[in-house]
Amino acid sequence: MATRRQFIRISAMGAGAVAAGLGGYKLFASGVNGGENAAKAVMASRTPTYCEICFWKCAGWVHTDETGRIKKITGNDEDQHSSGRLCPRGTGGVGMYYDEARLTRPLIRTEERGAQSFREATWEEALDYIAEKTKAVAEKYGAGSLALFNHGSGGKYFTDLFKALGSDSIAAPSFAQCRGPRDTAFIATFGEQPGSPENTDIRDTRCLVLIGSHIGENMHNGQVQEMSDAIDNGATIITVDPRFSTAAGKSKYWLPVKPATDIALLLAWIHEIVYNNYYDRQYVEKYCYGLEELKSHVAGFTPEWAYGITTINPNLIRETAREMANASPSVIIHPGRHVTWYGDDTQRLRAVAILNALLGSWGRRGGFFSLEGKDLPSYPHPEFPKVTKSWRDWNPGKYNLADSPVSNVLVDASIPEPGRDAMIKAWFVYGTNLPLTIPDTEHTIKAIQNLDFIVAIDTMPMEITGWADVVLPECTYLERYDVLRASPHRKPAIALRMPAREPLGESKPAYWMARELALRLGKQDYFHFEKLEEMLDWQLLKVGSSLEEMKKIGVKTWERETGSPYFADGEDIEFNTNTGKIELYSTSLENEGFDPMPSYTPHPEPPEGYYRLIYGRAPMHTFSRTSNNANLFDLMDENTLWVNPRVAKEWGLSNGQPVYLKNQDDILSDFPIKVRVTERIRWDSVYMVHGFGHRDKKLTRAYGRGASDTQMITNVIVDPVMGGTGMRGNFVTFITDIKDKEAAS
Amino acid sequence: MRYAMAVDTKKCVGCSDCVVACQTENDVPIGFCRDWIVETNDGTYPQLVTEIRSERCNHCENAPCVRCCPTGASHITDGGIVLVNKRKCIGCGACIASCPYDARYPHPDGFVDKCTFCEHRLKEGMKPACVSVCPTRCLYFGDLDDVNSDVSRVLARRKHKSLIPEAGTNPQLYFLI
Amino acid sequence: MNEELIVSGRNNLLVDPQLHIWHWPIPLYLFLGGLAAGILFFASLFYILGKEKEYATAVRIAPFVAPFALVIGLAALFIDLRHKAFFWQLYTTIRFESPMSWGAWTLLVITTASFIWSALHIKDILPAFNWKYKFLKEIELFFNKHKLGLAWVILIFAIITGIYTGILLSAFNARPLWNTSVLGPLFLASGISAGAATIILMSRDVRERTLFAKLDLMVLGIEMFLIVHMFMGFLAGTQVQIEAAQLFLGGEYTMVFWIFVVFIGIFLPALLDILELRGYHIPALVPGVLVLLGGIIFRFVFVFAGQVSRWLY
Ligand SMILES: Nc1nc2c(c(=O)[nH]1)N[C@H]1C(S)=C(S)[C@@H](COP(=O)(O)OP(=O)(O)OC[C@H]3O[C@@H](n4cnc5c(=O)[nH]c(N)nc54)[C@H](O)[C@@H]3O)O[C@H]1N2
Ligand SMILES: Nc1nc2c(c(=O)[nH]1)N[C@H]1C(S)=C(S)[C@@H](COP(=O)(O)OP(=O)(O)OC[C@H]3O[C@@H](n4cnc5c(=O)[nH]c(N)nc54)[C@H](O)[C@@H]3O)O[C@H]1N2
Ligand code: SF4
Ligand code: SF4
Ligand code: SF4
Ligand code: SF4
Ligand code: SF4
Ligand SMILES: [Mo]
Repeated sequence: MATRRQFIRISAMGAGAVAAGLGGYKLFASGVNGGENAAKAVMASRTPTYCEICFWKCAGWVHTDETGRIKKITGNDEDQHSSGRLCPRGTGGVGMYYDEARLTRPLIRTEERGAQSFREATWEEALDYIAEKTKAVAEKYGAGSLALFNHGSGGKYFTDLFKALGSDSIAAPSFAQCRGPRDTAFIATFGEQPGSPENTDIRDTRCLVLIGSHIGENMHNGQVQEMSDAIDNGATIITVDPRFSTAAGKSKYWLPVKPATDIALLLAWIHEIVYNNYYDRQYVEKYCYGLEELKSHVAGFTPEWAYGITTINPNLIRETAREMANASPSVIIHPGRHVTWYGDDTQRLRAVAILNALLGSWGRRGGFFSLEGKDLPSYPHPEFPKVTKSWRDWNPGKYNLADSPVSNVLVDASIPEPGRDAMIKAWFVYGTNLPLTIPDTEHTIKAIQNLDFIVAIDTMPMEITGWADVVLPECTYLERYDVLRASPHRKPAIALRMPAREPLGESKPAYWMARELALRLGKQDYFHFEKLEEMLDWQLLKVGSSLEEMKKIGVKTWERETGSPYFADGEDIEFNTNTGKIELYSTSLENEGFDPMPSYTPHPEPPEGYYRLIYGRAPMHTFSRTSNNANLFDLMDENTLWVNPRVAKEWGLSNGQPVYLKNQDDILSDFPIKVRVTERIRWDSVYMVHGFGHRDKKLTRAYGRGASDTQMITNVIVDPVMGGTGMRGNFVTFITDIKDKEAAS
Repeated sequence: MRYAMAVDTKKCVGCSDCVVACQTENDVPIGFCRDWIVETNDGTYPQLVTEIRSERCNHCENAPCVRCCPTGASHITDGGIVLVNKRKCIGCGACIASCPYDARYPHPDGFVDKCTFCEHRLKEGMKPACVSVCPTRCLYFGDLDDVNSDVSRVLARRKHKSLIPEAGTNPQLYFLI
Repeated sequence: MNEELIVSGRNNLLVDPQLHIWHWPIPLYLFLGGLAAGILFFASLFYILGKEKEYATAVRIAPFVAPFALVIGLAALFIDLRHKAFFWQLYTTIRFESPMSWGAWTLLVITTASFIWSALHIKDILPAFNWKYKFLKEIELFFNKHKLGLAWVILIFAIITGIYTGILLSAFNARPLWNTSVLGPLFLASGISAGAATIILMSRDVRERTLFAKLDLMVLGIEMFLIVHMFMGFLAGTQVQIEAAQLFLGGEYTMVFWIFVVFIGIFLPALLDILELRGYHIPALVPGVLVLLGGIIFRFVFVFAGQVSRWLY
């Protein structure tokens, strides 16, 4: 029969669908979706929250019925992050609460690390044990030997605990595995980073240029919404992506760039803009530093030159440069977010920043607006002790431009080297699944094996909890108070998260855990309030609201105090850079011994029979954290490997066929991944969504579904400027049957 | 009154928010759905065209599912909404077999279920759940008899199509192209 | 390359990757309904024609199969209902647009009539049988008096039932393979031939068997003609109909259809009937069983293949 039939078979592939159906039936009976099918538009009650499924932090409402059951989560209309609409993951957040695999009791390891053997413990016992171990490490090696990895709201309280103990080894993967190069490049250029949510004024732009950023699959809510507004407004979208991304499908121009060559394209654009006088002369003269140097630097980087590298037609490069110039200053060369690709990422993002500067989009309507947030006072507490041993001491003199600690440095510093002992001896891991998050899983595990002690604070049994000595179960964001969200935006605003239900089982919020540990470690002065809500009330009263008010409205927005979010004509502005100007020529990079202006360097290409592994997001999942969520699993139960039909033909691969992967370092994937034959991917690359291939059997649904990209990423190209882990220099080949897999391993 | 929905395929990103929102709003059991996402790709790299559609029951004006229902459980109500009365439904499956769009599913409790255009929300003056949640605002809903409704306005302005018009069902779900 | 896939949702095994809403009970029900219709058709017809004596098996004995077939068929239908407790809703309304609805009513009538017909002849197979209650005897008396009227009712409803088993499917515009007007007559013919086969199997009378072999041969011929007609119709139709026909012309149902339904179920028994009529000795069992086998496989193949066929968009 025709195509639809065949393809449906792939997406609804047998076993997966059966499991979903049956599992769902059970869940249905147990209450994810109440038995009586009497849908009610208005629920018994609603409580405010902001979403924790990704870091866009949309504010919304949790709706519960008469029995207190969580029925649905919807957006808060007053909220600038969500405009009243959550993304699929936020809407499917109910599945986080109802996940039957959740952690509900503290666990203590009974055998060596790696063996999945835990016993349940009381909180008293678990906390006493952690306190004792922490004290022992701090006393023996100093507080600097304690490292905290954290990602997520509650990480704030463990951060406070760590600072109180005197450690600055506090890293989030959102820097060195994510937006670090971009922040570093934008700080070097504009003295400021784009922030989170980014200060991109997409809704009013006339031209949006996406370098890899796959908005629409990358479901950062506000951006998706504003991109749609931009489409409605007839804005030109230019997408640069080796893959035909969803955004590419919505674009006027899709530039199918050869992977790892973006800098050449960016330089050619800069060349076009500078040499055709397309740039915003007034703006550049007034605000920018280093135009002449830049001009001579890019002299040779013509579209023809770039064509040879990027395979993008020179006329197309010219035409798109003109499109950007026509829209200037309402043009956004999007800074992207996950930008740790090829190790020269800070330089690539510098090129992006320079383009924006030349087109005068920073600080302009339809370009980048200036963020304003509400400053929340913190409750008075004693000074934090001085840090005697810093994370920077492991690599003296390196990564000085990194304005946040580098997570992979903490991993490296946990492994003894010839001639020196490891610096880090114990890890606290809050809300980050390191074996799937930091590339080169084996390396991460080796670091863990060298530790004296490791604690994981998580909501789910994930790979990281499997390696921990003690596992502390946190309740989900639906069951707790948390830090007030005060992220800057067009207008300053605050959002409250409060519990919609009692925590499940014995799970507890992070604040409570951190405070209990602080009490045991003599740091109670940093945790003045017994209950977090008392502290929140105190803070809210200081900014003219109250807990009571916030419970009713969820989000409070203020008018700006700093005036227009855009630069006024001819306004004098002092940028936070060495020269006080927007630096086309970066003095801070130069001071650190790096190229002050970006250059293209070639990257290795896949050997014969291998394909570059690129990865990204699926709109219905967040990394590895949602893969066991019943509602979201229902939307997508595994990742697939996108393979170009030419490659599929060469290898005799068919749609839906499971294959194992082997990378250039002979690492084999734990699990097979099903092939999706599609024209949407180039013939020199394969693509998969990050976050699948879970190894923890306790993940009832997600275990063994799809493959893990992280496992295949063993060639990590570290960005010399800020320490980020470039992850796209890995090449994989197909192992088409299990016998071959066994032979290969 | 004549309810209809329009889906802007130029804006839909296939995120499936409409699917999960429908599921939580309407207690659709895990493993089933009232709406779903279809993606089509044509061409050869790098000359490609894609279309993404959020699909659901078309609330056909000439609804075969209603015609074939032996008990009258499937019926057309105010505004042309095609509904199933689960207390009349015997679960014979005739309506499922009769729908050219495969828009119905057998609910595990025995009756047959499908998109209701969130009739319960319309009564409260709200938009359907999928329309209210869609981050790209690519779903338009309203009354075709009212020229000022969202859906009438967008249909007047934009080129559109419906699915399998040759099946003669006269669908009330439109796709902006 | 064209690619069309369902990104999310629709992971519902009863609908995707292909419709699978009707399982074995429905084709069984359709077959048994058709069989009963065929038997009752002959019984009432020959009674009306005044041939009760000559064709006693057809008129008096074979009809005992009908109530059993119908009850088992209805039980099968019931098994396939998913909301069983609401079964009675079928009989709160009659909806002429819905074959399922008028079919349900038709079956109610024909099943009742088949019971009565059998009751009238119960002494033929259980000579010692006696009605226990007086009112039952009176009822028997009543129907014996109006037997001709009853025969007419049965004749008409038998034809309706036979056609209904086809129309139930052909009314589905959404399934191109089913959506052909040939299906009603075809299923009727198939039911009649199954009825004839049953009579041949049960009859001890050579004359009766010969007549039914002739009739069977005729009906099988009609069936063959209708099948060819159906395929010509499909192939002259739209893309979706052509694709539907492809299921039997090279597609996944080709083998079972042509071997089991056409060759074993129609062609071979027809050949054996011809040989028998030409005077060769063919064990009566063989063509009869083949026809019944072919008939039942025919229903299964059609119900299942029809669920594979669909519109494309
Ligand atoms: N649904 C969902 N949304 C999310 C997240 C999630 O987990 N789920 N996570 C959020 C987070 S924390 C982040 S950091 C962002 C990340 O989202 P983005 O910042 O958009 O991440 P990218 O790495 O740019 O996106 C991957 C894209 O890069 C393309 N690509 C691969 N190699 C190259 C190359 O060499 N050149 C170019 N130009 N493109 C290339 C891929 O084909 C793919 O389309 O997403 C956020 N949004
Ligand atoms: N190979 C590869 N690696 C990547 C990326 C990639 O695309 N490919 N993306 C990178 C990027 S951009 C980022 S931002 C990082 C993200 O990295 P992570 O934030 O580590 O991402 P997750 O895999 O979702 O792991 C989150 C963990 O937090 C737990 N968790 C969820 N909610 C809570 C909570 O409320 N409390 C607690 N205590 N725990 C919770 C989850 O169960 C899970 O174990 O990954 C980076 N690493
Ligand atoms: S973008 Fe989606 S997942 Fe992220 S915070 Fe908002 S609703 Fe939650
Ligand atoms: S929510 Fe909107 S954008 Fe997302 S798939 Fe549904 S219709 Fe498309
Ligand atoms: S789409 Fe299907 S279920 Fe909906 S009205 Fe039309 S035929 Fe009936
Ligand atoms: S399954 Fe229910 S709604 Fe559908 S035709 Fe049968 S009785 Fe009517
Ligand atoms: S209108 Fe309501 S019932 Fe229909 S698909 Fe949308 S959310 Fe579901
Ligand atoms: Mo990230």
